[in-house]
Amino acid sequence: MDAFSFAPPPASEAAERVRAEVRAFLAQELADRPPFERADSWNGFDAEFSRKLGDRGWVAMTWPKRYGGHERSALERYVVLEEMLAAGAPVGAHWIADRQSGPLIMKVGTDKQKDEVLPRIAAGECFFCIGMSEPDSGSDLASVRTKATKVQGGFVVNGTKVWTTNAHRAHYMILLCRTGEVTANRHAGLSQFLVDLKAADVEINPIIDIAGQHHFNEVVFKDTFLPDDAVLGEVGGGWAQVTSELALERSGPERFLSSFTLVVELLRALGPNPSPQATIAIGRLVAHFVTLRRLSRSVAGMLQAGADPAVQAAVVKDLGALIEQEIPEIARGLIAAEPDTRSTSDFVAVLAHTVLNAPSFSLRGGTREILRGMIARGLGLR
Amino acid sequence: MSEMRDMFVETAERLLRDHCTPALLREAAATGELPAGLWAAMVDAGLTKAAVAEDAGGSGADLADALALLVPAGRHGAPGPLAETLLAGWLLGRVGIAVPDEPLALAVPRAGEVIRFSDGAEGPRLAGRVTRVPWARAASGGIVVIADGSAGPVLALARPAGGAVSPAANLAGEPRDDVAFDGAAVEVAAASPVGRDEAWALGAAARSAQMAGALQTVLALSVQYAQDRVQFGKPLAKLQVIQQNLAIIATQAAAAAAGADAAIEAAGHDLSSLAIGAAKARAGEAASIACNIAHQVHGAIGFTREHALHVSTQRLWSWRDEFGNDAFWQQRLGERAVAAGADGLWAMITAAA
Repeated sequence: MDAFSFAPPPASEAAERVRAEVRAFLAQELADRPPFERADSWNGFDAEFSRKLGDRGWVAMTWPKRYGGHERSALERYVVLEEMLAAGAPVGAHWIADRQSGPLIMKVGTDKQKDEVLPRIAAGECFFCIGMSEPDSGSDLASVRTKATKVQGGFVVNGTKVWTTNAHRAHYMILLCRTGEVTANRHAGLSQFLVDLKAADVEINPIIDIAGQHHFNEVVFKDTFLPDDAVLGEVGGGWAQVTSELALERSGPERFLSSFTLVVELLRALGPNPSPQATIAIGRLVAHFVTLRRLSRSVAGMLQAGADPAVQAAVVKDLGALIEQEIPEIARGLIAAEPDTRSTSDFVAVLAHTVLNAPSFSLRGGTREILRGMIARGLGLR
Repeated sequence: MSEMRDMFVETAERLLRDHCTPALLREAAATGELPAGLWAAMVDAGLTKAAVAEDAGGSGADLADALALLVPAGRHGAPGPLAETLLAGWLLGRVGIAVPDEPLALAVPRAGEVIRFSDGAEGPRLAGRVTRVPWARAASGGIVVIADGSAGPVLALARPAGGAVSPAANLAGEPRDDVAFDGAAVEVAAASPVGRDEAWALGAAARSAQMAGALQTVLALSVQYAQDRVQFGKPLAKLQVIQQNLAIIATQAAAAAAGADAAIEAAGHDLSSLAIGAAKARAGEAASIACNIAHQVHGAIGFTREHALHVSTQRLWSWRDEFGNDAFWQQRLGERAVAAGADGLWAMITAAA
């Protein structure tokens, strides 16, 4: 069962060197960042911080130098990511561009698109959002109805995208929409566009989540004109492109560290002499983190080796989300507190934040059910 | 992973697949006896002395290579003290004691137990009792004991006196015998390279590898059964709820395997590594979840002696509690996390594996 083999993560001295550099940088940079904000790590949007990371060469680390990258290994990049997340650094601004939009443009973009966009992403000053989901298309992504119709010199787009994180602050969206009629092959007739949100005529409306935060947006295209050179990749080849993009979205350390700040604050709140029950609960989490980290680094190694570990990535994300969602339950079982985001107690505030955000952990980037469906397919069941 | 390890694992996989037939497994579970043909074949292939130096009659692999053999051994439910013989042989080899060709057992006293070693005028002596020693009755090569000597832990190769081995067994019918070492013949003894805790960790690493293997079989049997079994006019595998549950077994098996891989690597150079306890605790959790689903998918037939599923599930239900159950290792991991403190937790995790 090759789809379920996880190659040992390759050892990398370079990665351990960069780990030390990142830790030193973060210790200084985040010294005043309160735990409540750290808990929001990859939703934390801080353009200034992203630019600093760009300066240090910690964005676009694996990309070719000619596009502003640093030609470092996937494992070095992995170490930078996990250190950022474990420390609760605000990486949300450049995150999506670095993780998936940039690599996709590199793979299928035109020279003009690459030259224009990639160096700015690498500098940590160009931010992206993902135009996939729609009001009637969530897990069933192939059913998207936003339509781009060919006109003189470009396309006219009509439709609505939702759950678009950071659309109100991003420079670009990569839009998935229909350019051909729906046929028996649902995956045909889809295309992607590189939408310059500063130039295109779109309406962006906030969607406030249950934690009271504004990350999501609704993006409305109403007879929005996109020039021909906004086509990203092949017209009609959108499905293959979008699935390769999703593989990049599923295996990283962000898929098991979402609640890590709460573990840190729980450990702090328990103090130097926790009960045996609390000690066991903390130890159980350590066992989970050690194994998840190994699985996740294995996927990074397989990506580096040019493999396509889509099923393995689904395994990591499914296991990761389970423990991320269990952590607030464990925490509230050990320390009696009424969760309150405005509490002056770091533990209580972080607990509140994590409880409110936990439902999203098994939704974003592919629901639990979709991931398990992929795993079942890997087992030969579908 | 070394080429040597790949070669060993492949040899073990082939050999065990051929020998571990359902009939052999049923017979071994019923009698608790070591199947002679299987053991002879493993000896011939050099598997039982994998981690013994070549000039001492072994195969010259390292401890990690030997532990890696236990994944296929667990996958095929191989009856016999392969794990115990590999570990005991490695320990004997490290102190230059000749390693017998016959099966060995390893007696590590648990909390509240002690074996005292003395070497007076009447020669080397052991005193004390160890409960649930794996395969003690089948250890015709002797039992390797971690004893307390006056100057630290002592490694002794001993043969218990007649009647000193009281048979008991785990849920899978594997011998877990109580052994009284008073009056045992001490063939040879030396200062031990490992203390009790490290020997316990060795056992935990071995069981983690075996569990990773057994979980692969639990997954494979469940997938196969779901594809073969037709109800309501279609195979169970076509039902989405069954697909999702089988996917859970796959994720748990993957987690246990990743933990075991890390433990195998770590055991080769540091028996106090966090990776070993993490592997054992995580495999225990995986076993509980996976066995539960596997039996549910199999229905009544999986609950019978006749069906092969129990060979793996009963071993998993036993192994998860041997050499430290989930809570035992979680507590130790937790104590280390508390010592590392909130701000040192992440560095501790990244240093582990």
